[in-house]
Amino acid sequence: MATHTDVVTTPAHAPAALPVGEPGILGPRPTSPTGVWDWLTTIDHKKIGIMYGLFALAFIVLGGIEALLIRVQLAIPNNNFLVGDIYNQMFTMHGTTMIFLGVMPLTAAFFNYVVPLQIGARDVAFPRLNAFSLWVFVAGAVLINLSWFLGGAPNGAWVGYAPITSPQFNVGHNSDFWIMGLLVLGVASVAASLNFFTTIINMRAPGMSLMRMPVFVWMTLITNVLILLAFPPITIALVQLLMDRTFGANFFNYAKGGMPIMWQHWFWVFGHPEVYILILPPMGIVSEILPTFSRKPLYGYPLIVFSGAFIGFMGFAVWSHHMFTAGMGVVAVLAFSITTSIIAVPTGVKIFNWLGTIWGGNLRTETPMLYALSFIAMFSIGGFSGIMHSAAAADYQQHDTYFIVAHFHYVLIGGAISGLLAGLSYWFPKITGRILNEKLGLAAFWTFFVGFNATFFPMHILGLNGMPRRIYNYEANMGFNFWNMFVTISAFILAFSFLLFFINMAYSFFKGKVAGNDPWDGRTLEWAISSPPPVYNFEAIPEVTHLDDFWHKKQTGQPMPTANGQLIHMPGASYYPLVIGFGMFVMSLASIYLTDNMLAAGTGAVVGFLILLFGIYGWALEGPGGEMLDPTKERGAYN
Amino acid sequence: MSTASAVVDQHHGGHDDHHGHEEHSFTGIPSKKILMWAFLSSDCMFFGTLISTYIIYHGKSLVGPYPLEILSIPVTTVSSFVLLASSLLMALSVAAVNRQDLAKFRLWIFMTCLFGIIFLGFQSFEFTEFYHKGLTMSTNLFGSTFYTMTGTHGVHVALGVLWLMSWFIYSFFGDMRDKAIDIEVAGLYWHFVDIVWIVIFTVIYLIEFVGVGA
Repeated sequence: MATHTDVVTTPAHAPAALPVGEPGILGPRPTSPTGVWDWLTTIDHKKIGIMYGLFALAFIVLGGIEALLIRVQLAIPNNNFLVGDIYNQMFTMHGTTMIFLGVMPLTAAFFNYVVPLQIGARDVAFPRLNAFSLWVFVAGAVLINLSWFLGGAPNGAWVGYAPITSPQFNVGHNSDFWIMGLLVLGVASVAASLNFFTTIINMRAPGMSLMRMPVFVWMTLITNVLILLAFPPITIALVQLLMDRTFGANFFNYAKGGMPIMWQHWFWVFGHPEVYILILPPMGIVSEILPTFSRKPLYGYPLIVFSGAFIGFMGFAVWSHHMFTAGMGVVAVLAFSITTSIIAVPTGVKIFNWLGTIWGGNLRTETPMLYALSFIAMFSIGGFSGIMHSAAAADYQQHDTYFIVAHFHYVLIGGAISGLLAGLSYWFPKITGRILNEKLGLAAFWTFFVGFNATFFPMHILGLNGMPRRIYNYEANMGFNFWNMFVTISAFILAFSFLLFFINMAYSFFKGKVAGNDPWDGRTLEWAISSPPPVYNFEAIPEVTHLDDFWHKKQTGQPMPTANGQLIHMPGASYYPLVIGFGMFVMSLASIYLTDNMLAAGTGAVVGFLILLFGIYGWALEGPGGEMLDPTKERGAYN
Repeated sequence: MSTASAVVDQHHGGHDDHHGHEEHSFTGIPSKKILMWAFLSSDCMFFGTLISTYIIYHGKSLVGPYPLEILSIPVTTVSSFVLLASSLLMALSVAAVNRQDLAKFRLWIFMTCLFGIIFLGFQSFEFTEFYHKGLTMSTNLFGSTFYTMTGTHGVHVALGVLWLMSWFIYSFFGDMRDKAIDIEVAGLYWHFVDIVWIVIFTVIYLIEFVGVGA
């Protein structure tokens, strides 16, 4: 296990490095300070966060292209652009990519980059485990997308309902890629959650009690608890499906007494908390941005925190509202109808608190704030249609129609993506040292806002008029023609807004206005240090005395503590997280072909496992290692 | 692992990851311990899902062999006793490493592994036996749920044995002075796996025989 960074009391003129070249199994530890090997072996939470972010944005582009292809097929009635199975593959991969490879890793990017800075830590509790999470995520993401080139992508929808994905009805390896990919991604998510849970519990700066933590840190904590408790059920369900498909088990095989509905239960026991895993981090981001840009403290901080915790708790008690039409019986439907109505309450509390925050504030409507305000408005619309679904009788009408598609895109794009773009605009200066161009930013925001609403609002109408989801065509006389064409055109406008955002990121990275430490007059500790932060984050760990501590320090004229002659211990980079990720990739890829050729695939899986084992032992035996940095000499040396 | 690489972790450059004054711990609890408790909470949900599945599918098999026809209480009672006894041995090895009594530590941790291996031996015997009596993964729901649940538990035990055995070997080459916390964390895992077996044994074996042969 890796350890975190420590301050060691050593005379200031001690040699600046520990012996870093100790031999591990792979020879000396990686020491390259720049270049590809640096990024591949880094254990710095900031670099890992940046990589999570770039991978996530790349997959959002991929998922977006898949969405556009779907919209091209649906633009006109009886189109034959993507027909049948290839359409199924497209919407399955669109959902899977956006949720597991887009939004989740983008939230993980913020956890990585921002949380250690906000709690006044030098890194996460287990830096190498953090790199492990990243590379295992990459392994799973590549694996699941390899399916496009190896016989066809998953085609059982992102919910993978058995028996649609059962061996009797789904031949080929499409669903095997989905199962193995999600299992690998689950390992990455759980490992990351263990790390962030421990980091937030144990790595806070002195004085930062739980109720002095920034709301984003709180939402990260709750989200990671949700991941820890929600991923095991889906893991087991995936294993059960794997057993059905690979070893002829009967978990979802009706002919042998199995119950396909159990898949639905296990999936949604995970799937509903997953919704909150996607939305709580953006809620945290918005709770940082609104006070900063309203120049007021967050209204009702404890209420927002407790509402978040209550949402997390209730998130486990509402899963069956996804299954009202599955025939669960009146009692179950009623119970989940009630719990679903209840969960709207803490969400409403949060929205009123955010409104209370901006009420009477001295508002600055720069792009981060615009995205945050868009979050409140769009998420509220998605929330209202969500409450409509909690009425089971109404849900019978709306189930599996475009009304549902409109609803969850309002919460996931209007909500989660708005919040994440807000976060990107807000922390971009901290990450790169330069502010996003405001003109381009405004253009990107308004294109996003208009394009998003024009794409998804009409889907409410289509849905109420009976257009079903996951069907690749419709007849010309159904009355769906106008709105479908409208939606398809709008989807391209929405896609264009992302292009503008990315152009702005690239342009501002090179040409943007230099940010300085604190471009927004921020409230939390990350704004107290340079942009981009030095590798060790804080010269000296600050003592926290208040909520919004940096704001309080600025108001009362207290300076941040500076270097006090202590050397800072930074753990060393490592090859092994990458090795383990590669081993897991080989093992899971080979396992997919077990039913074709037990011997060859089995050998491949064993080889992958041995690579993994080699990585684990190399990791354990090399120890955390590291070097001693003198902050007065290293200041600003790292990007 | 080669002996050369086993001595890597010899230097003490101020990164000792336990109870040293350098340790940053807001709660005073070592981070490794917090991580393990969090992992075990996750593992609870893991086994919770498996056990729930078993209970939901209990009695739903359309064809035999049914549980009562092939489960053997005496055999599994012995193997359960062996596994639970290993928890005592684990506790003894944690105590030994805490007082840096390496000879005792090696003895007890080796015995822990041995008991774990005996349990796994019983399990493979049981699996083979059931296979010959006609119960496979695809025979019926009992087969699917039984093999998946006990198999997952067996994998946990096997990984635990691998983990503890690695520490046993490491103790001959490496420095154990700052490793008590690592052994304690491995112990938490081991005890958890044993506790889960109590639940599984109850659900699969004991409940099945309630009212039988009384």
